[in-house]
Amino acid sequence: MKTIFKSLLAITVLSLVLSSCGNGGSEKGSQGALSSSAAEKVYVAPGEHDEFYAFVSGGFSGQLAVYGLPSGRLFKVIPVFSVDAEKAYGFNEETKPMLNTSHGFIPWDDSHHPDISQTAGELDGRYVFINGNNTPRIAKIDLTTFETTEIIEIPNSAGNHSSSFVTENTEYVVAGTRFSVPYPQKDMPIDEYKGNFKGALTFIAVDPKDGAMDIKFQIMMPGFNYDLSHPGRGDSHGWFFFTTYNTEEANSLLEVNASQNDKDFIAAINWKKIEEYVNNGGGTKAPAKYAHNVYDEETHAATTTMKDEIVIVNPSDVPGAIYFMPTPKSPHGCDVDPSGEYIVGSGKLAAELTIHSFSKMIKAIDEKKFDGDAYGIPILQYEATLAGSVKQPGLGPLHTEFDGKGNAYTTFFISSEVVKWKLGTWEVIDRKPTYYSVGHLMIPGGNSRKPFGKYVLAMNKITKDRYIPTGPEVTQSAQLYDISGDKMELLLDFPTIGEPHYAAGIPASILEANSKKIFKLEESKHKYVTKSEAEAKVVRDGNEVHIYMTMIRSHFAPDNIEGVQVGDKVYFHVTNLEQDYDVPHGIAMIGANTSELLIMPGQTETFIWEPKQIGVWPFYCTDFCSALHQEMQGYVRVSPKGSNVPLTYTLDGDAVDAE
Amino acid sequence: MKNNNLIFSLLVVIAIFITSCGNGNKKQEVSEKQTETSSDAQGQSGVVDDVSAANALQVAKSIDDFSTLVAAIEAAGVEDAVVNVGPLTIFAPINAAFDKLPEGTVSSLLLPENKAKLAFILINHVAPANYPDTQLAKEAKKGRKLYMASGKYLIVEQKEDGLYVGGTKILKTVQVSNGWIHVIDNVLVPEE
Repeated sequence: MKTIFKSLLAITVLSLVLSSCGNGGSEKGSQGALSSSAAEKVYVAPGEHDEFYAFVSGGFSGQLAVYGLPSGRLFKVIPVFSVDAEKAYGFNEETKPMLNTSHGFIPWDDSHHPDISQTAGELDGRYVFINGNNTPRIAKIDLTTFETTEIIEIPNSAGNHSSSFVTENTEYVVAGTRFSVPYPQKDMPIDEYKGNFKGALTFIAVDPKDGAMDIKFQIMMPGFNYDLSHPGRGDSHGWFFFTTYNTEEANSLLEVNASQNDKDFIAAINWKKIEEYVNNGGGTKAPAKYAHNVYDEETHAATTTMKDEIVIVNPSDVPGAIYFMPTPKSPHGCDVDPSGEYIVGSGKLAAELTIHSFSKMIKAIDEKKFDGDAYGIPILQYEATLAGSVKQPGLGPLHTEFDGKGNAYTTFFISSEVVKWKLGTWEVIDRKPTYYSVGHLMIPGGNSRKPFGKYVLAMNKITKDRYIPTGPEVTQSAQLYDISGDKMELLLDFPTIGEPHYAAGIPASILEANSKKIFKLEESKHKYVTKSEAEAKVVRDGNEVHIYMTMIRSHFAPDNIEGVQVGDKVYFHVTNLEQDYDVPHGIAMIGANTSELLIMPGQTETFIWEPKQIGVWPFYCTDFCSALHQEMQGYVRVSPKGSNVPLTYTLDGDAVDAE
Repeated sequence: MKNNNLIFSLLVVIAIFITSCGNGNKKQEVSEKQTETSSDAQGQSGVVDDVSAANALQVAKSIDDFSTLVAAIEAAGVEDAVVNVGPLTIFAPINAAFDKLPEGTVSSLLLPENKAKLAFILINHVAPANYPDTQLAKEAKKGRKLYMASGKYLIVEQKEDGLYVGGTKILKTVQVSNGWIHVIDNVLVPEE
């Protein structure tokens, strides 16, 4: 009896120990951080820094969020395509031009695919590019200031989705149209789409010195939908690959009508050949209207240039530059492995993943293994380019990333999982569920020759019951997996801003040292900078009043202004005199029909206030700047129109420059 | 004896399972990292920043004539307060000022048991305010006293040969990133 009891005890203890190993994986919630080392793996102690930056697009928020990995902590939301009242982006006079387009000022867009600049196929950490889908644009974010410094509009494009991926020396960032449209735009019946609409693939040259973007050429492709793209690398450098769907050229009920063909295509574009053609005077200079917005760090202000011409390349004019590789069932993701040999096409509706071989593609082109053409573009024989396929991998394949160790990771929307498989043998090694309906996934350096295969971040479309509920609208989520071992391990689940559509990750060590701390006041070339309190002033020009104001802990200069009248247009040009890291000041004026300003050390920003009522109206510092933040305030006296109250501006009862 | 064997083999099995969880190495790494962190743990005075303008402590440390003051700041453990965003106005005694104190005073104040007393004397030199010399002149003109971090008030006077605070002359003024340093050659010992 005693022995039996002991055995029972032993078994019980053993099973406890066993279950505490906790690599259950598929269980949701019940076996989590405490039973494995997941908590330790994502714990970044107070004061410690994360190992990676993750730039996660905000999807329909239009912005780009900066998270740390493995902690999942949110550090900054960089405004890109949408106005941001917190940072005055799109509200202050300096950044309003960033959102100009050929359609006028647009306060919102849908940001999708961030990609970090590269040199020799590896992340160099200078810039991150991201596309605006709705009103087609490509933005560049400077990774010293973590601010949007350039946005270029893409003409002749619509639903700018197969964007904004860079070539391996950042020679180009590409922007491919999702929706084909009439070219040039015209008033025509929609049902005459077929054969008349065109799909523009745009190659934007990036200046190697300062990163300036300029549209080099635009290829006018057949009227398919161009979904995603990735550059070749290594031997395939010089090529770009784009998935297409709706090769049926349907214009209505696409969920049915664009799913008819057994195979659509991956378009292989030899951009080096087309570049050479254009450099030799090829292509047609065509009229186009598009905005190019540049933020100048010296003037702390953006300007818009409206451009009016673009070089159009007709595929049939550059024979041997473009081929179609048939790929089953409306391929979505178009991912190239680190070696540049394999091009993975994920047919949204396909039962298997299709992997094309670059070397076989070149051979097939040499041997002219064609299976007809589409609008004059040769279609390669399916079997001739096929490297292999992953059989029955899951349902609804979307995107693939690589760990640099010979493995690929593909997301499956319908079966809500990440599947790890081996390049070359195409065997499935592991699968882990996601919560729920995963879209993109990201391994830092995933679109490069050198991925950092420690973590994969899965970005989900559906959240449901994952967090404490917040009414009908719930946050979207991302999940972090450790991929350092043979099996993936779910470590962390964290909420995101907007839709976490896609992300780009990079080791923190590459960026940290370059992050700017302050703007040097003496280097400012802002038109309305005030470099000392003694230079502060108020100037009337007709009904415009320009206030040159400074801010320093803990006062504005001037802080009492009289002589403003109802009907005036009052410009507050406010300079933060601080030259100390992390001492921003803010300013807001009662009744101003705009946002606050949040001004970094050494920076000048401007807002406009049009007072409508007489009285004495306060303004104050909105950023808790110092021990005397609550004292940082001022008043503007507003008199009736035509009043003879003189224009005065003072601090502590004296003129600001008084000794 | 039999029982002991059973317990022993049970322990061995448990130990094997624990190590076979395969996170042994990682745990080691993490705990080392934590140790490192806690020994490094410090406040804002530990922030490395060679881009911003120098703060009050950085300026004081760069000037030899403030070596006694800096030693006192460190002994009193108020380094973090003098690098704080403030704004701060510091009346900073040079070494000669400390030499004027009765013999043995400084060495006594630097003893650990006198830390609080030393801190009280030091913060009597700090106004939580933004007072450049121009503003001090206005304070003198308008008869406004300076409220110091010690809770005491100092009188500022404009005399023929310059500005005086707490009866001692301001020799020089230096702007720092978080306020102002006014150099003096007397220690402003607060009245008890």
